[in-house]
Amino acid sequence: MTARILRRVGYTAGLPAVLVALWWVASAGSDSFFWPPLRTIVATFPDTWLTGRLGEDVLPSVLRLLAGYLLALVLGVALGVPIGLHRRVRAFAEPTLEFFRAIPPPVLVPVIALFAGYTGSASKVVTIAIGCLWPVLLNTVEGVRAVDEVLVDTARCYHLRRRSQLVHLTLRGSSPQIAAGARQALSIGVILMVISELFGADRGLGASIVQFQRSFAIPQMWTGIILLGVLGFLLSLIFRLVEHRALAWYRGLRDANRGA
Amino acid sequence: MATTEPTTTAPEAAATDVALDVRGLQKTYGGQGRSVEAIRELSFSVPRGQLTCIVGPSGAGKTTLLRCIAGLLDVTAGEIVLDGERVTGPPRGMAVVFQEYGRSLFPWMTVQQNVERPLIERRVPKAERRRVVADALAAVGLGDSGEAHPWQLSGGMQQRVAIARAVAYEPTVLIMDEPFAAVDAQTRADLEDLVRDLWHRLGVTVLFVTHDIDESVYLGQRVLVLSNRPTVLLEDVTVDLPDERDQLGTRGTHRFAELRGHVYELIQRAKAGHRPEDDAGPAS
Amino acid sequence: MTATTTDVPAPRRRVPLPSGDGALGVLGLLTVAAVVEVLPRTGLVNPGYLPPTSEILRALGGVLADADFWRLLGLTLRGWAAGLAVAMALGVALGLLIGSFRVLREVTASTIEFLRPIPSVALIPLVVLVFGSRPPSALVLVVYAATWQVLVQVLYGVADVDPVARDTARSYRFSFLSTGWNVVWPTALPYVVTGFRLAAAVALILEVTAELVIGVPGLGQAIGVAQSSGAVPETYALVIAVGLVGVLVNVLARVLERRVLRWHPSVRREAS
Repeated sequence: MTARILRRVGYTAGLPAVLVALWWVASAGSDSFFWPPLRTIVATFPDTWLTGRLGEDVLPSVLRLLAGYLLALVLGVALGVPIGLHRRVRAFAEPTLEFFRAIPPPVLVPVIALFAGYTGSASKVVTIAIGCLWPVLLNTVEGVRAVDEVLVDTARCYHLRRRSQLVHLTLRGSSPQIAAGARQALSIGVILMVISELFGADRGLGASIVQFQRSFAIPQMWTGIILLGVLGFLLSLIFRLVEHRALAWYRGLRDANRGA
Repeated sequence: MATTEPTTTAPEAAATDVALDVRGLQKTYGGQGRSVEAIRELSFSVPRGQLTCIVGPSGAGKTTLLRCIAGLLDVTAGEIVLDGERVTGPPRGMAVVFQEYGRSLFPWMTVQQNVERPLIERRVPKAERRRVVADALAAVGLGDSGEAHPWQLSGGMQQRVAIARAVAYEPTVLIMDEPFAAVDAQTRADLEDLVRDLWHRLGVTVLFVTHDIDESVYLGQRVLVLSNRPTVLLEDVTVDLPDERDQLGTRGTHRFAELRGHVYELIQRAKAGHRPEDDAGPAS
Repeated sequence: MTATTTDVPAPRRRVPLPSGDGALGVLGLLTVAAVVEVLPRTGLVNPGYLPPTSEILRALGGVLADADFWRLLGLTLRGWAAGLAVAMALGVALGLLIGSFRVLREVTASTIEFLRPIPSVALIPLVVLVFGSRPPSALVLVVYAATWQVLVQVLYGVADVDPVARDTARSYRFSFLSTGWNVVWPTALPYVVTGFRLAAAVALILEVTAELVIGVPGLGQAIGVAQSSGAVPETYALVIAVGLVGVLVNVLARVLERRVLRWHPSVRREAS
């Protein structure tokens, strides 16, 4: 029993530990300007981030990301449900949506900058929200459309009320697809969180990293890259935990169908 | 033949002993330029408390008929009257058990929640709801599985959940659309006896659609045999078997074999394209 | 929408619809165009922020007539294709390698799960330092972002190989390469194609991002220049042009996917 747990820990932590160790050793004697020793980077970390930047740069970035992301989730689902439910609305809207989805989201930054300049938080939140909107919206449409027709008939026969149909049939039934869209949107959101800070340089995680780079504070820049990586990892971890709980039924159903 | 518009002669008058009345039903699926005539003309009525089976060759429009009765499909002409009220959408007093048991249960709800949902919608008080659900699950032999999710159960058990949900709904008419087509033979026999048993105990009117001739004769008090498409009624067969039926004894009787043989012959003729109007005039 | 059950062929009802649906879709696009035309003309939106459709289209015409546009488009497409090709090669090779050995799968799982969500834009400062605003900067970002898409799909694909087929191959003593070619590859192929479709879209996003942010020559850079020089209709025209390239990439990837999967017997599940 303990042997199995040890094995799992070994498998999970083994390679990352080896890679970090390799980096540590290989960079130890490095005098290259771009690739400082990992020891130096680690030593730089507390001074760089724990003396106020965490609250003044990282937190606002994350809050903007969350605000834009949640806005996109709410809007995407709210618009996606009616579009998914009505075939004609879908036919009307789909080519337009496909077009907007195909525009690489960072291109939004200069367009939004036209409207309001690019200094305040609002324009950044709007950028993140619009970028995250399309995957959520299109996946919601697809999910709503794919809700099982037998279930729809069942809901009609047993007279589920309108609200119940929305909650217990449409939203639950399309939740696996909505989650897939939300996952895509999250990675787009992180990209836009960074990109939006590169314009109209303000404060923020992305802005900090670029400032370090421009002032050739290379170890500091590396700490920023690592912090950004950890942030991306943590966000996706949280997402997966939420998804794991919310979609337990879906995994069970899928496994049951696969076994049959 | 020219179909005369069915006259709505005071449905309330017949409502006392007739649970379901199908009058001059026609259904044509229409598209732009092309149309498929599924049901040409069907009229029959089901007395309150009767267990009626409907059989027909595959492609006979059985499911179309059922969906029309369940109010899930608009009829092209004619009308369906349930409990004295014309069906325009899914009627209140009707419960449906679908063939696709796996797809008709909400996979994100437990068994208990699946059965309870329609009652919540009907605003049945909580205590009564709990009691009705427990009774229904016990009646189908699933008293212990309330907390499970449907996909954790076998196919036969899933169909039992669907039946429990229908029973808990306390309908006046229970409609079953080939409910056992996708379960194995042993489970099927058990479920057939379960349906007979529930029907006896609840006194509900049952309309049972199947493509299985044996099943229709074993279960029903009466078997409606449909033609192939466009569907008309071939024959209304009364099953004069004793009310007490069991899988071995009933199926072994001479009368069962006779009835079975008769329905079988009708189905064979239907498959060969025989239609009642063949005698009357040229068919299309 | 109604009868999917056995008796009546309901799918047939769908046949006449697409033409009407297509017309509705065009109507949708026209509606958007009309709204964008009206908003600035009525003064609801400042024309300095959003010029009317007609003006954007005129600018688009001018952009398309300009040889420089086509040169930049070529650069963008070249960067996209190069990054995508490298990502495909890397993703497929790594995926087949890791997927074929249980030990490798288990050892690398946590590392892949850690590295994958790291946003590729985190690398921007690094590539700027190392390569400046030359195409290799874009290449690194594109390859980093797109490879994960392919790798993960290929891993799903290899995991999907029927154990019976694998055991059969083993019991007949297929060589390692023969098993790979005859058993693993055919199963994984649909996933590879799905990975290609996802990677193609991601690669375009990162290519344009690199051009816009770092100044690697291409359409993204042109958008940045147009915006900062106040050429508003041209900015919108270029955004539309990039969007059309995106649509084209998506459509072609989907056509390719359907082509490959048409003759492919296995049932494909998109695992993303």
